[in-house]
Amino acid sequence: MLFALLARLGQMVLVMFGISVVAFLIFFATPGADPSARIAGRNASQETLQQVRHDFGLDRPLPVQYALMMKRLFVTRDLTSFVNRGQKVIPTVMNAIPITLSLVCGAAVLWVLGGLVVGVVAGATRGSYVDRGLMMLGLAGISMPVFWLGEVANLVTQSRWHDTWAFSWVPALGYVPLSVDPWGWFKALVIPWTVLATLYVGLYGRVLRASLIEMMQEDFIRTARAKGIGETRVLLHHGLRTSLVAFVTMFGLDFGALVGGGALLTEVVFGLQGVGKLTYDALQTLDLPMILATVIYASFFVVMANFVVDILHAILDPRARDAR
Amino acid sequence: MPAEPLLEVSGLTVSFRTEDGLVEAVRGISFAIAPGEIMGLVGESGSGKSQTLLALMGLITSPNAVLSGSVRFRGQELVGLGRRALDRIRGRDMAMIFQDPMTALTPVHTVGAQIVEQIRAHERISPRAARARAVELISAVGIPAPADVAGRYPHQLSGGMRQRAVIAMALSCNPALLIADEPTTALDVTVQAQILELIGRLRDEFGSAVILVTHDLGVVAEIADTVRVMYAGKVVEEGSKRDLFTAPQHPYAWGLFASIPPLEGARPARLSAIPGTPPRLSALPAGCAFRPRCAHAHAACAAMPALTGEGGHRAACVLSPARRAELLAAGEARS
Ligand SMILES: Nc1ncnc2c1ncn2[C@@H]1O[C@H](COP(=O)(O)OP(=O)(O)OP(=O)(O)O)[C@@H](O)[C@H]1O
Ligand code: SF4
Ligand SMILES: [Mg+2]
Repeated sequence: MLFALLARLGQMVLVMFGISVVAFLIFFATPGADPSARIAGRNASQETLQQVRHDFGLDRPLPVQYALMMKRLFVTRDLTSFVNRGQKVIPTVMNAIPITLSLVCGAAVLWVLGGLVVGVVAGATRGSYVDRGLMMLGLAGISMPVFWLGEVANLVTQSRWHDTWAFSWVPALGYVPLSVDPWGWFKALVIPWTVLATLYVGLYGRVLRASLIEMMQEDFIRTARAKGIGETRVLLHHGLRTSLVAFVTMFGLDFGALVGGGALLTEVVFGLQGVGKLTYDALQTLDLPMILATVIYASFFVVMANFVVDILHAILDPRARDAR
Repeated sequence: MPAEPLLEVSGLTVSFRTEDGLVEAVRGISFAIAPGEIMGLVGESGSGKSQTLLALMGLITSPNAVLSGSVRFRGQELVGLGRRALDRIRGRDMAMIFQDPMTALTPVHTVGAQIVEQIRAHERISPRAARARAVELISAVGIPAPADVAGRYPHQLSGGMRQRAVIAMALSCNPALLIADEPTTALDVTVQAQILELIGRLRDEFGSAVILVTHDLGVVAEIADTVRVMYAGKVVEEGSKRDLFTAPQHPYAWGLFASIPPLEGARPARLSAIPGTPPRLSALPAGCAFRPRCAHAHAACAAMPALTGEGGHRAACVLSPARRAELLAAGEARS
């Protein structure tokens, strides 16, 4: 177990290193990305440019620049943005993390519960109207673009019906820290959660239904039925329990990607200054330090999520436990 | 046979809606089993043995399956019985051992937990006591270190161990009827012998009846009281073990039992091959389904022969008893 943990840590460092190098190189290979021109301002003279290049170490060879940047990112932690002068990268990312985590965790609770209910009910009533209705709703949820759904939600709750009894509780767009005002935090996030979860409820519901139906054809389900334990128990304790392995794997990957910045559209629509929004802005302005910080952060979460998935996988599936 | 049957099957039919139309896998079979009776059920692959057993247990769940006929267990009709009532009988009074031990157990639960689940579904008993019972059962089926095995997952056990675990589970509530679908096919000879002994002991100790499907006539010779031979979804011959082994009546049974040495003696081979292939269920010949492969087929065989005979030894063939005796004596049946 300890060995597995260490191997994982090593793997994580490698992945983060690789991704940061790639991001770094892509940046320098991008035409028009010369940071010194940005930093110095539009009409700066050649001398100023030289000066800026020298000050920021941009005249050094690339490996040295990379090492310097990593040092300022991780060791001294005083790397500043190329675009917003003086904005320290690390604290900015640190401030964005709780926002993204709040958004994604809340949505995850909703979509896991929703996906389980939809998948199990549809799978158990396969072919019925309930099943068909749920699958149709799921498909609708999957096909609605998240920003469109978000805009509609905003339109309804922020302007159209904001003054009616139904939505007068909805606060203005933005984030309220959990530590400051838990109820305000909840109110600010419940609509973003629902919007972000809609897609995944549909997706997870459909996937779970398919895997449950497949599992229920297995021989061991017949054995379980022959035991006289009742269909509910057969369905949940044997069918669902074996289907969960795939469900959890999928969840871990999606969760990691979202926490790593994939909830970008939801963050933008709801004015949440999360990591996704940060990455988005940094990419727009080609702000190399910020890009590096967010990309490394994202890779950390993706690898972490994989790790957690592996652990859950081992807990849920004894065969995977022994395979290691 | 004693008067009161434990299980009474009549006109049981299992058909499937397929692309070729309605296909009958089991075609109206009837039989009865007395308490403590061990019935051997033999027949070629695809003759409907497994489907018959699954129908008895109410385990045919395919939406394309159509089931008709009657299955009475201790006088209670099981066909069409509600799920709750059925679940009070299944696993407790009737239990089944499945054909393939490799896939019969849920991979994510320990063997012990799966046995405990069945015991606790039918008896008010503490988890601890159920656990102890499960370990006892695992030990009783001849698995060494039962407490250890109870904590293992199916994939950590060999095929033989798994099959024995499935048997332990089936025996957990001392069923009055054990339905075993080729319980020993996947196992090596020594394990086979142990499992047959176990099944015999179940009958001796608890008076349980057993339906045993097998391809191995040696197993039938060793353990069965009565034998039924199935062909294309029908019982074509039934009788006591002695009847079948010493004087088979149906030409198909002649083929089956031809290569079998006498009841006592060396372990016989598996079912001997019979020339020709089993008929496709979607295109069964009218009348006797064995007609295309039968050396004695004639015009009268185009009408469906009924099971006839005396003293419980009956065969579904139009040949007269005298003609059959003639053929048998001439050795033609054993060629
Ligand atoms: N779902 C189904 N749809 C159509 N036909 C089916 C279905 N299930 C089983 N059958 C057919 O029913 C017939 C009887 O199958 P069954 O499994 O009872 O044979 P068996 O006697 O147990 O053979 P084996 O010795 O190989 O186990 C087969 O011909 C099979 O093709
Ligand atoms: S009925 Fe006719 S075809 Fe069928 S087994 Fe008897 S002799 Fe052969
Ligand atoms: Mg079979």
